[in-house]
Amino acid sequence: MRVFVPLAVAYLALPALLPPFQMTVLGFALIATMVVYGINLITGRAGITSLGQAAFMGFGAYATAIVSSRLGLSPWLGLLAALLLATAMAAVLGALTVRLKGHYLPLATLAWQVAIFILMGNLDGLPGGRTGLRNLPPIDVLGRELTSSRDFYYLAAGMVLVCGWLLTNLARSRTGRATMALRGDAPAAASFGVDPAAQRLKAFVLAAALAGVGGWLYAHFLRFVNPAPFDLQASIVFLIMGVVGGIATVPGAFVGALLVTGLEDVLRDVLPALFGRGGNYEIIAFGLLLLGILHFAPQGLWPVVARFLPRRRPSLPSGPGLPPTGAGRAGAGPLLEVEGLGKRFGGLEAVSDLSLAIAPGEILGLIGPNGAGKTTTFNLITGFERPTAGAVRFGGVDLTRTRPFDDRRSGIARTFQHPHLLLDATLLDNVLLGTFRRTRAGMLASLFRLDAKEEARARVTGMEALRRVGLADLAFELAGNLPLGNQRRLEIARALAADPSLLLLDEPAAGLRDAEKLELADLIRQLAAEGMTVLLVEHDMDLVMNLVDRVIVMNYGRKLAEGPPAVVQNDPAVVEAYLGKPAEDVHGDAEAELADA
Amino acid sequence: MDQTVFLFLLSDGVISGAIYALIAVSLVLTFNVTRVIAVFVGELAVFAPLTYAVLLTGKVPGTVWLSAAMLVLWAGLERERPRTALPLLGAAGATVGLAYLTASATSPWLLWPAAVLLVLPIGAAAYRVFYQPKLSETVLFLLIQAVGIHFVLQGLGLVFFGPEQLRPPPLLRGTITLLGVPVARQALLVLLFAFLVLALLGWLFNFTVIGKALRASAMNRRGAMLMGIDPFRAGMTAFLLTSLVAGVAGMLVAPITNVAYYSGFSLGIKGFVVAILAGFASYPLVIAGALFMALVESFSAFYASAYREVLVFALILPVLFWRSVATLDLGGDE
Amino acid sequence: MLEVAGLSVRYGKVEAVREVSLAVAKGEVVTLIGPNGAGKTSTLNGLMGLAEAGGAASLAGTSIVGARPQDLVGLGLVLVPERRELFAGMTVRDNLLLGAFRRVMRRDDAVGESLERVYELFPRLAERRRQYAGTLSGGEQQMLAIGRGLMADPSLLMLDEPSLGLAPRVMADIFAALRRLKEEGMTILLVEQNAVAAFGLADRGYVLDGGRIVLEGETEALARDPQVRASYLGLRRGVAS
Repeated sequence: MRVFVPLAVAYLALPALLPPFQMTVLGFALIATMVVYGINLITGRAGITSLGQAAFMGFGAYATAIVSSRLGLSPWLGLLAALLLATAMAAVLGALTVRLKGHYLPLATLAWQVAIFILMGNLDGLPGGRTGLRNLPPIDVLGRELTSSRDFYYLAAGMVLVCGWLLTNLARSRTGRATMALRGDAPAAASFGVDPAAQRLKAFVLAAALAGVGGWLYAHFLRFVNPAPFDLQASIVFLIMGVVGGIATVPGAFVGALLVTGLEDVLRDVLPALFGRGGNYEIIAFGLLLLGILHFAPQGLWPVVARFLPRRRPSLPSGPGLPPTGAGRAGAGPLLEVEGLGKRFGGLEAVSDLSLAIAPGEILGLIGPNGAGKTTTFNLITGFERPTAGAVRFGGVDLTRTRPFDDRRSGIARTFQHPHLLLDATLLDNVLLGTFRRTRAGMLASLFRLDAKEEARARVTGMEALRRVGLADLAFELAGNLPLGNQRRLEIARALAADPSLLLLDEPAAGLRDAEKLELADLIRQLAAEGMTVLLVEHDMDLVMNLVDRVIVMNYGRKLAEGPPAVVQNDPAVVEAYLGKPAEDVHGDAEAELADA
Repeated sequence: MDQTVFLFLLSDGVISGAIYALIAVSLVLTFNVTRVIAVFVGELAVFAPLTYAVLLTGKVPGTVWLSAAMLVLWAGLERERPRTALPLLGAAGATVGLAYLTASATSPWLLWPAAVLLVLPIGAAAYRVFYQPKLSETVLFLLIQAVGIHFVLQGLGLVFFGPEQLRPPPLLRGTITLLGVPVARQALLVLLFAFLVLALLGWLFNFTVIGKALRASAMNRRGAMLMGIDPFRAGMTAFLLTSLVAGVAGMLVAPITNVAYYSGFSLGIKGFVVAILAGFASYPLVIAGALFMALVESFSAFYASAYREVLVFALILPVLFWRSVATLDLGGDE
Repeated sequence: MLEVAGLSVRYGKVEAVREVSLAVAKGEVVTLIGPNGAGKTSTLNGLMGLAEAGGAASLAGTSIVGARPQDLVGLGLVLVPERRELFAGMTVRDNLLLGAFRRVMRRDDAVGESLERVYELFPRLAERRRQYAGTLSGGEQQMLAIGRGLMADPSLLMLDEPSLGLAPRVMADIFAALRRLKEEGMTILLVEQNAVAAFGLADRGYVLDGGRIVLEGETEALARDPQVRASYLGLRRGVAS
């Protein structure tokens, strides 16, 4: 409500305050906002830099131009056509490009942006050819034709507001979190069930749809289309708008679009007067301004503005949580079985012939000197590496060659050696990623807030998880502000939110102080007492030996010893593995003396 | 198509290819060492011949003042290190001095290198001023910064040189007939120089310690630091080389095609595309890609003029796909 | 040669090393051992300027805290890092030459001599001088990393777990080379997880655990001290059940 009222007032009152010319500029800014919404979605959130969004805008514009002008149908059908064409093209192009690695992806988008532009400009059969299609019909709303800037404004601004609302809903949903996670936290996201390629493609298609709508608005605003405005330069300008406004935010899209569009206009008027002659000088000022903003506000302008806005205290979730998953608990026998697991990297056998079994409710520690293969084993079990030999079974289900986000892995949750968290998000938002597999709502449902009930339940479950690790008080703090010990606990909370029966902890004690280690051990013990099964990879002997039920020692990729801590600690082979073998010409005395002590 | 036309198109393509190769190589160099996609390389390329053309008329163009101003700005940023700041101020003075000296000269042997040197500080200073404080930002950020610099430089280009096209005189006039095809002597010079520059770069990277240090910085920044190689200096060297190569490329091609303040952009983009074709990786691949693209452009201009560029760009996609397929892509990379 | 007093090293929020004080005299070989996660690598990284460091540390009287790695190389402080950080796409010879980068820039004539000495110390590198570093075996890569460090003509050579991931035979070769260096008077700070091998080479040692020095002394005494084993195998401080 607090946001809605001022926005509504501004929306209605603005035309009265601005002269028609400014309304036109505003119109263009609103059109650009639609495209930049998409850019912020894929670049700011999913981490995909696309240099081709103008092409999708072009598709939208041409689709409606053909439908409304050549076919003589209503512009609203043109909207439908625009959406269909833009999303269809995005599905095809996206399928090809989202899988590309690193900087190949933006380069690929550059490639098809330019290719499409040139194609459009030279296609013989293109309606209107290079000169374009004129006299497109205006949009008709309830009998009124939107021909003036003011009329158009009401539609465009209305659509921008509505899309802003949809995107804000999306940002707060499971899809939104999954998309965000792709940018900074992709391995963690994958381990909780997010398929990165699929997620990226969804975001990409949505962004194209938004650009298509922008194209539709553009076509019926100008009532003229030609290929010229949908070129690489336009795509770059949209990117600039996104970066300047605040690439990871929703309102930033409008801020950036307004600033750039408005500036182009202002500068065109002001500068010639300053310089005493006419000319294309605004580009210099624009460039300098851009550089200035990048220098002083690298995150964009909206985050700077947002700091001064009153922040609403979020409400504590209440009510029922998500239903339990019940995965992997059924049946007697070991919860996790690993048989003859092996991994070969070229000539090196990082892990060979490793077998282990964990009984439900056990705490098993996996230890070994540096380079022993513990992390590789962990990655093999969790699907981050593919085994070259052996099998992994969870509750009887074969997981051996499945990927981390495979549904069969439901019931296993892991933490990471270096906390994989979204530092700019709250603790609760981070924990909620853990509920990904337990929730169902798709992107469309999230846009329209049809997932409200499920989302509420997820939030309750998230709070419970935070309570279990003792971080409930800090639920709305930013994860980046936490000390390391709490960040690790947050990761555990996130894992708990997935309602796992097996918890895999990767060096949870690394970097912790003594007191924090004690607290961590207590927490793990507590979880085990509540029935959780835990597999722990650790270097810290103090923690492991006093916590676990059983220990497996690895060395050179193989299992060296197995048993209760006290037994393993006294195993001479283990002692030798840890303290080391002498270099060839050192006497065995040193070794023997150590063994006797 | 008969032999004459074929050779004509071939020679056209080879010469364009040489220029694209120079631009692309410098882009790849800069990107590998600094992660900056220097889209303003086009401006760096055309400023030199434009400056040259103005110097020939006896005037001092605005680019000289820009160079000097940027050097002064740089010196200002280094004010706490007088050992660095003072030589920079000296260089600013020298730049202006050199300009006035050469403006009244007529020998192209003097003017030619002077033009390249006078615009060199722009690229180097841009690196220090805009990039040094932002070295760890994302590639997108660095790219947008480069776009900003491109806007400023292109706009200033209009202020300095006006909207007309200029055509500086070639170093070698006349044409010779090669296998029945008239080839401008200047064009041969372009090829020769391009070959020399590429060979020089190849020698630099493979046989000198500085060149190896640059490659090392690109390969492994941390390792390079542990060898005593300063990453900022490496980046600055890369930018200097880029500015130099771009300037030379511009000087070579300007007498053949006209240049105006806006010519830089398309040159930069084409170089960029070639760099993409080579995956921003190996230099021989860049040269091959440049030739390929220029030849396709040249030949398809004859056949299907409208679609030639589409062909080029459409070919990129499968190449990119092939080059990056393999790993399980979990990362949300930039 | 190296005097460290109250060194602390942090990575962002994590304080990996607290209040560490140690010293290495010219010509000495000192080892820093301890279980994994103890902060050994962090100590070296802090000294080398790769991580944020506080406290006091000086090399031959010159303070080094807060200096950048590239400058420390010029002062004679050289680190052979845990991950070796070789230039995989360059030849063995080029990697070695780059080790002497600073010296070459200073027009030091003795670089060629240094190269010959490295080849003599590690004949395997001489055999493979034109091979790409990325194609070498683990042991050879470690030799190359050490050779590169030597090329900088260090006053203090710091080695981070040279035995890591190496088979015992190879490790023996490397330690034999280190022994030769010691005999030639090189000052070495050796970080090792393999305590026994380290004790065989070094004169003095420090035991690091939980970011702090818990034990120090002559290696002969340390080798007999039961606390060393306890530190490695978690018998010292129990985490209460």
